[in-house]
Amino acid sequence: MATATHDPNKNYINEKSGIWSWLTTLDHKRIGILYMISVMSFFAIGGTFAMLLRWELFSAGRNIMDAHQYNQVFTFHGAIMVFMVIIPGIPAFLGNFILPLQIGAKDVAFPRVNLMSWYCLMIGAAIAFFSLFYNGVDTGWTFYTPYSISTQNGTLLMVVGAFIIGFSSILTGLNFIVTVHKLRAPGMSFWRLPLFIWALYSTALLQILATPVLAITLLLLTAERVLGIGIFDPKLGGDPVLFQHFFWFYSHPAVYIMILPAMGVVSELIATFSHKTIFGYKAIALSSVGIAAVSFFVWGHHLFVSGQSEVAGILFSFITMLVGVPTAIKVFNWVATLYRGSMRFDSPLLFALGFIFLFTIGGVTGIILAVIGVDVHFHDTYFVVAHFHYVMVGGTLMAIMGGIYYWFPKMFGRMVNEFWARISFVLIFVGFNVTFFPQFILGAMGMPRRYYDYLPEYQSLNRISSVGAWTIGTGFLVGLFVIIHGMRKGVKAGPNPWGGKTLEWQTASPPPHENFHVQPVVTAGPYEYR
Amino acid sequence: MDDQQHHHMIPLKIYIQVLVLLLVLTAITVAAAQVNFGPWNTVIAMAIASIKAGFVLAFFMHLKYDDKLYRVCFGTAIFFLIVLYAFSKLDIVTRIVVEPFQ
Amino acid sequence: MSTVKTATSGHHHHAHHYESAEHEYVTSKFGTWVFLVTEIVMFGGLFVGYILFHEKFHEMFHAGSTFLNWRLGALNTVVLLFSSLTMALSIYYAQLGKKSLVLLNLYVTLACGFIFLTVKYFEYTHKFHEGLFPGALFSYDGPEAHQFSNLGMYFSFYFVMTGLHGSHVIAGMGLITWLIVRAHRGEFGPEYYTPLECTGLFWHLVDLIWIYLFPLLYLIG
Repeated sequence: MATATHDPNKNYINEKSGIWSWLTTLDHKRIGILYMISVMSFFAIGGTFAMLLRWELFSAGRNIMDAHQYNQVFTFHGAIMVFMVIIPGIPAFLGNFILPLQIGAKDVAFPRVNLMSWYCLMIGAAIAFFSLFYNGVDTGWTFYTPYSISTQNGTLLMVVGAFIIGFSSILTGLNFIVTVHKLRAPGMSFWRLPLFIWALYSTALLQILATPVLAITLLLLTAERVLGIGIFDPKLGGDPVLFQHFFWFYSHPAVYIMILPAMGVVSELIATFSHKTIFGYKAIALSSVGIAAVSFFVWGHHLFVSGQSEVAGILFSFITMLVGVPTAIKVFNWVATLYRGSMRFDSPLLFALGFIFLFTIGGVTGIILAVIGVDVHFHDTYFVVAHFHYVMVGGTLMAIMGGIYYWFPKMFGRMVNEFWARISFVLIFVGFNVTFFPQFILGAMGMPRRYYDYLPEYQSLNRISSVGAWTIGTGFLVGLFVIIHGMRKGVKAGPNPWGGKTLEWQTASPPPHENFHVQPVVTAGPYEYR
Repeated sequence: MDDQQHHHMIPLKIYIQVLVLLLVLTAITVAAAQVNFGPWNTVIAMAIASIKAGFVLAFFMHLKYDDKLYRVCFGTAIFFLIVLYAFSKLDIVTRIVVEPFQ
Repeated sequence: MSTVKTATSGHHHHAHHYESAEHEYVTSKFGTWVFLVTEIVMFGGLFVGYILFHEKFHEMFHAGSTFLNWRLGALNTVVLLFSSLTMALSIYYAQLGKKSLVLLNLYVTLACGFIFLTVKYFEYTHKFHEGLFPGALFSYDGPEAHQFSNLGMYFSFYFVMTGLHGSHVIAGMGLITWLIVRAHRGEFGPEYYTPLECTGLFWHLVDLIWIYLFPLLYLIG
């Protein structure tokens, strides 16, 4: 479909109006925006739970809630952030919008399946939230047995909700794999794919291969609660540790579902804002696949002190350390790309740089925890809490923010206010470190996680951490205003305000419904700046 | 006009032969189950089941004639299931526990 | 009655983001295989659980399997294998443009599904009659239950595995019904039979799972 008469004023936003046209859309760009609104809303709710947690922990003893409520608050915070924000955050929002554009396609392979995946997220989330009416859930987002079987509350609803949300992830992954294989523009070989696509593809492999195990695990947990089938119940010869094996077989790859797309975003940001060819393209591309592959063999590092055998523990410990290799390759290559680049320190790059710094700390502390002898002491302490917040917030969330500000002009045809975007970055970056660095120390001092109360010697660091939390919260609120203001009143943007080389910048901002008026033909790699 | 590629058609005869083979293998499975091969019982039953599965995959599901990519898909799924089993089993057999159920 | 049609549809327009009908066909087929991967991993997880516990409680599982009627299991195996043939034949005849044979085979496949579910219905009700319920509802009080205090676990696996499988049989039958409706409308022919192909793959997977369930539940011990 070459140059039919196209109206240059029409784009995917104004093409059809009315909420119904959005709720029944088959356009990947609109679906991406639907996800954006959902994920941001869930983030606000999960973040509010976090603020409540840090308020309670501001001082020892009871502040604003009792222990029972506290257990529910951290469960909801975790479940919302993991299942409704960080896992779908980049793939289903930025990925849905950008992937077809970056490979020169008109849409994803299965647009109806794409829309269905969004409804899976929304329906699953609604069911999960419904558990609040049944005394909530207090098992932690990990639903460990036997407590998750016996606790009398809304656990079943959250489990069912998570099951349905899992299908959202599976369907997104399915769509992306098939789209990357079958819908690339002419001339776009695998070695000319942008690194964001390599990252999304690797993520999709995890979504396809790991999430179904979560599905069966949650199904079995449901059968345990409803029918008492006893597979995880020691009274019937069942094995509660087996629940953990099954659960983490998914949930460990899940954390790479969370981080790989973020690394893909960072690769794009580093290349564009250094205005330089990415250093070691193939190494970064293959390291994404490598991380995905290794991630399947390490889940037992969550079971070091659960009753898993020492032999298995040692094996898992060793393999876990290997995952640091492809990860470090990425970090080195990003830094090498920055070196002697022609830099623009716009807000997207600030978030990318923040990512590199914070994720490195998070990753290295992960290696520390991989050492089984060390983990015996650090397991279930705040050291672990700090570790995963460094990688998930300092990592993934920073990358989401960078990605939003980077692709903002493409999605909405406008620029955000740079000054306030940078303010938001500073608040988030500083607030983040103030919140979570003390938690490494608290963990090393022995403060357990998921505890409602703590000993007096932990109080000062907890106070600092709470102040930091409110700073992050402020930073994200500023960011929210930056986004909303930008959507309505931002300066209009052209097709390529950053001078990027990937295909999405070759079409209008915002793009037309069919993405490209003329089918792009690719004759070069994605980062050929010089 | 669509570029109609002629898709491979398996001859009717082959389909019927595969079904007959599957039915024969089913009969063999049942017969073998009447005999006690000791620890080999499971192995034999699974082996026959896998042969049957192979024929369903190769012919009914066309894997023999289709893009090799589909075989990779199938093989990958099986591989990771083996990983789930193997590492869990490793844990279970190397635990030092007292078994309440004998 | 049986009119040989060489080109049926001519009315099938491939979706706008594909280059051609062929492009849509291979993409849909690949997508179906990726979906099958997720089903294999999900059922596979259940099989892994089964195998781990079978290995731990070998005698108990053997005792449990004696409650199952292997003849009915074998019958269901034959029924599903046959239905895989008829499903494959519906595609074969679509490629030849023989609409009535497409429909015949789809109807037979659907009927096989009904037979399978009927047999399972009788098996389930018979078990319930004996008090062989899943999990905490297990109330059978015979000698085997006294010998193996966790005999209920075998039946937990039995009901979850066959139940999950059965739900997929029902889903498959729903898809086949939809295909029958479309086939009646003349939508399938040599130029377009993608939904038959994709549903067929799903149906064969349901058959594959039963190929393993039958010996694992009915014959092993």
